[in-house]
Amino acid sequence: MLKLPVYLDNNATTPMDPRVLEAMIPYFTEHFGNAASRNHPFGWEAEEAVDYAREQVAKLIGADPKEIIFTSGATEGDNLGIKGVYEMYASKGNHIITVTTEHKAVLDTCKHIEKLGGEVTYLSVKEDGLIDLKDLEAAIKPTTILIAIMYANNEVGVVQPIKEISAIAKKNGILFFSDATQAVGKIPVNVIEDGIDLMTFTGHKMYGPKGIGALYVRRKNPRVKVTAQMDGGGHERGMRSGTLNVPGIVGFGKACELCMLEMEKDAKHTSALRDKLENALLQIEESYVNGNKEHRLPHVSNISFKHVEGEGLLMGFNKNIALSSGSACTSASLEPSYVLKALGLGDDLAHSSLRFGLSRFTTEEQIDYTIEQITKTVLKLRDMSPLWEMYKEGIDLNSIEWAHH
Amino acid sequence: MAYSDKVIDHYSNPKNVGTLDKANKNVGTGLVGAPECGDVMRLQIEVDDATGIIKDAKFKTFGCGSAIASSSLATEWLKGKTVDQAVSIDNMDIVEELNLPPVKIHCSVLAEDAIKAAINDYRKKNGLEELVFEEKGVH
Repeated sequence: MLKLPVYLDNNATTPMDPRVLEAMIPYFTEHFGNAASRNHPFGWEAEEAVDYAREQVAKLIGADPKEIIFTSGATEGDNLGIKGVYEMYASKGNHIITVTTEHKAVLDTCKHIEKLGGEVTYLSVKEDGLIDLKDLEAAIKPTTILIAIMYANNEVGVVQPIKEISAIAKKNGILFFSDATQAVGKIPVNVIEDGIDLMTFTGHKMYGPKGIGALYVRRKNPRVKVTAQMDGGGHERGMRSGTLNVPGIVGFGKACELCMLEMEKDAKHTSALRDKLENALLQIEESYVNGNKEHRLPHVSNISFKHVEGEGLLMGFNKNIALSSGSACTSASLEPSYVLKALGLGDDLAHSSLRFGLSRFTTEEQIDYTIEQITKTVLKLRDMSPLWEMYKEGIDLNSIEWAHH
Repeated sequence: MAYSDKVIDHYSNPKNVGTLDKANKNVGTGLVGAPECGDVMRLQIEVDDATGIIKDAKFKTFGCGSAIASSSLATEWLKGKTVDQAVSIDNMDIVEELNLPPVKIHCSVLAEDAIKAAINDYRKKNGLEELVFEEKGVH
């Protein structure tokens, strides 16, 4: 049975798994205690639940529970990880290396650091979205204290060569921070094997609740410290004050446990459906996959349909299919996705892209329906696209003098 | 952002999609926008020699739903008007008719620009002086 609407925007957020909700419910009402209350059973219960969840979270990424700092989500983890290192290691240097395709939470944090007097190098990526390791090595200076590179990209799903990056960081005595928001719970991430020193991720991208995330901060080889960005009661080993979100943490822990148990099954399921979707949509003339297809998350695909504008395309089916586009027709700037542009796509192809993010709940019927709807709409919009007509007539669109606004 | 019913209607059932013969002396073509900006509109008018009335109008648009709706509406309004009357179509009339939100006003400006470009192309072909329009400068 086809269930509508179809939700394929799982890189924005995933639905919560009902098993996660079930685990959380008692912690809103029955076990409502403050995990920092040391003198009564309400506090003890809450603390016990947090400890258990911390183990579940740590286990998923191969960390020690003491290395998990609970945050409000990935954005806070990006801020705490990067600003915290910048402040803590100020005596060692002030240079940070990151990449142009990072999430805004990383890029804007780096811009903030530049305003504070820090120096940031923004590495560009190759056409497939991956960094060139030689560029990374060349960017390292005696003052470099941090390399901040995401595990997997939120728009195109490409997975960076994490082990190689960490080896370079280690060789040069530089800390390595990774925003692994899209990767954790979807592909095996292990902070020991991957050589990551700090890593942020969040519950709501892995079937858990919103408003809860974690920053992994390594305690051994080397022992890493970050300066707190929020002052208060000294929770989370002094690195992140604020009363713990106990139900959120319980849900996050449960979500991690489920991902650990079901990752292989989920990945098999989503990649089979993703491949079916992608192969079918590539049957449409002049459609292209953006980003490296090999080093990629199993549930993500980003496709451009030449000479059709993304937002116009979404309008053809967005009552029944939830997706996002690299077109930014609604934003004030009218600028298309900076990530796609960083991959070297022209603005026109960036405007013509759709991002697909599948989940463990996506069904084959939904994918079949999506293929049918998108194909139909692309063909319909091409029939009314002047660019498509010119392309078909053999006119070189670059030869036209467009009236730029 | 939710679209107005009128935008949805024009998007779902666009009026006057198509192509007129550019080589025809009575056809004026306006091509405005740029692929990099995410909108390109091509609007064409066919003028009756004897009466000076626009007897046909066609469009093709690469762009969002509001851009498609703006051009579809423009072709509807153009048909039956004289060229002189067509000059006075204002983008704010389109905004009002389609209930476009502020971020989509540029779509209506583009449609107005396309009308004017088509009229000037027609005038040029017929040995008339091109009209000079004030810049709206909303983009």
